[in-house]
Amino acid sequence: MKRAASTKKKVTRASARKAASPRPQRNRASAATDYDLVLFISGASERSRVALANIKVIANEHLKGRYRLSVVDLYQQPQRAREHEIIAVPTLVRRLPAPLRRLVGDLSDGDRVMIGLDIVPKSRNG
Amino acid sequence: MTRQPRLLTAEALAKCPTGIRGLDQVTDGGLPRNRSTLVCGGPGAGKTLLGLEFLARGARDFREAGVFVSFEERPEDLAKNAVSLGFDLGRLARSKRLVVEHIALDRNQLLEAGEYDLEGLFIRLEAAIASVGAKRVVLDTIEALFGALTNQGILRAELNRLFSWLKDKGVTTVITAERGQGALTRHGLEEYVSDCVLMLDQRVDDQIATRRLRIVKYRGSTHGTNEYPFLIDRSGFLVLPITDVSLDYASPKQFVSSGVAKLDEMLGGKGYFQASTVMVSGTAGTGKTSLAAHFVDGGCRRGDRCLYFAFEESPAQIMRNMRSVGIHLQKWVDRGLLTFHAMRPTSVGMETHISLMLKQLQDFRPHVVVLDPISSFEAAGTPLDAHAMLIRVIDLLKARGITTLFTSLTSGEVASEQAGSGVSSLIDAWILLRNLEQGGERTRSLYVLKARGMRHSNQIREFLLTDRGADLQDIYIGPEGILVGSARADQEMRDRASAVASRRDIEQKKEVLERKHKAFQARIAELEAAYAAEAHDLKGAITQEEGRLKIGLTGRTTLAADRQRTDRTSTGTSGRARR
Repeated sequence: MKRAASTKKKVTRASARKAASPRPQRNRASAATDYDLVLFISGASERSRVALANIKVIANEHLKGRYRLSVVDLYQQPQRAREHEIIAVPTLVRRLPAPLRRLVGDLSDGDRVMIGLDIVPKSRNG
Repeated sequence: MTRQPRLLTAEALAKCPTGIRGLDQVTDGGLPRNRSTLVCGGPGAGKTLLGLEFLARGARDFREAGVFVSFEERPEDLAKNAVSLGFDLGRLARSKRLVVEHIALDRNQLLEAGEYDLEGLFIRLEAAIASVGAKRVVLDTIEALFGALTNQGILRAELNRLFSWLKDKGVTTVITAERGQGALTRHGLEEYVSDCVLMLDQRVDDQIATRRLRIVKYRGSTHGTNEYPFLIDRSGFLVLPITDVSLDYASPKQFVSSGVAKLDEMLGGKGYFQASTVMVSGTAGTGKTSLAAHFVDGGCRRGDRCLYFAFEESPAQIMRNMRSVGIHLQKWVDRGLLTFHAMRPTSVGMETHISLMLKQLQDFRPHVVVLDPISSFEAAGTPLDAHAMLIRVIDLLKARGITTLFTSLTSGEVASEQAGSGVSSLIDAWILLRNLEQGGERTRSLYVLKARGMRHSNQIREFLLTDRGADLQDIYIGPEGILVGSARADQEMRDRASAVASRRDIEQKKEVLERKHKAFQARIAELEAAYAAEAHDLKGAITQEEGRLKIGLTGRTTLAADRQRTDRTSTGTSGRARR
């Protein structure tokens, strides 16, 4: 399982660069990004706030320098919900690495976020 | 106490007509407006099509735009399905009257990590409704959420919120749901939608499928409680409120000819009552179809539209066969007065048969209907089914004032009076055709077993199928009993011969009489002549005699006077002279 996930990462990196296109980018961390994440929220709701805080914590801990995160407020841009097939809010979409993943919820369940994003914890990795 | 609820129901009764044929009738006006209706049913029951038609008709016929939220089918597939019902989703979409919102839920892409709500769904719905100003929404099927998301607590809370949100939005919503085991829906959606629940069902009895619709509940409204069969055809849904059997149809006084003049005579001179139900029963080859064809032919001659349901023969076959007895049906078909509808009783279920018939009735609006034969339905289902179906068919036809003729095949062994799926009590006129065997030949015979409300002949007639159509002959009843066929012809010949003989006898006697009369006259004349001659002679003799007598007397007197004069005086009498 771990091995499969890591090989997938390598394969998709190249193809992802090809498919790169203008995207909502606010929290661009660095040019070399392994992870392209978009968080869809609904205004200034408690859940939205919690979700944003949670993903920042996890990403900074495990994906430092390897990710970019954009946030879309569906109240501001309702058409995005259709474009990105969003039903539940908040939803974190992992566009890269492929395959596309959607994490639904305020991301308070850290383990599930890790699984959903295919992040291999540092402690175990080392 | 009672006033308040009444006010409430009056408010709740606002309805949103679906435009779906028959559905508004059984729901007494449509679905509850600005509320949600749950449509549940098994796979392939027609839930999605119902939703599609609700929106398409709303957009087309009621100028109410709609949003179709599809959780399963892709818009292209939906458009294809809609075309099969005769609706062009693309055109409706271009004219901003219908929008399809496809919500793809890929379970493999979804992972739950914490608390969430379905605000995304709400936002999309809101946008879609706003884009066309929708008044109608279909969610097909929202249960897909249960497959994609696992947090039941959140889901249920959000569904609750969704339905009240839709109500606030002022849209009439149809929610489809898969039927569950022991419950209306698999995920208990009926708990959220409490205003109206429709159940679609496709049942297979004896390998024959029938679609049915039932209104499980409809708060604050009257509605039919039965299962209504429905069809999905090229023009969409057709719900048939045919289980509402009533007996309050008018009974017309007009007559409809049976197509056979002599049969009309037997039925009191005018034929069948209009809107009555006539059954022609008999064993094989007794001429049932011919009699039916005559009825149709007669109807077309009057200019009536006739509908012929053929359950055993193809229209071409019937027309060919009827040509051989001089009934030409093709011309009526060409003129559009006659329509054949051939179907196998076993091809579809009883309900579907009725549905198809009703559709035909609605499309063609016939005056005269023939079902040939009804006995084949007994083979298709249980006798009870066939009976129930016939009752409903008879009702349908009567209610429309259609004069109907059933034929019923009876087997030779069964008493023919028992024939006809036990529907005899529903039949107004019953004509029985029988084969009589006598003198080594078979002869068709006909009699009127019953004819309600008319004085009908109780005689058996010989039923002849000539190349110029059917004819009825009186049966010879002689000292040896009933004579038919050749025996009757023979007897008739004998009768004719003896009649001729007696006529000849009479002539002869008349001649004799004449002769006698003449002879008598001659003799009278002769006698008269003889008499006249004799009388003449006698008269002559008498005159002569008298003359002679007179002369004699005078002479003698003269002589005497002369003598007196000479004897005594010149004036003496004869007496004295004689003395």
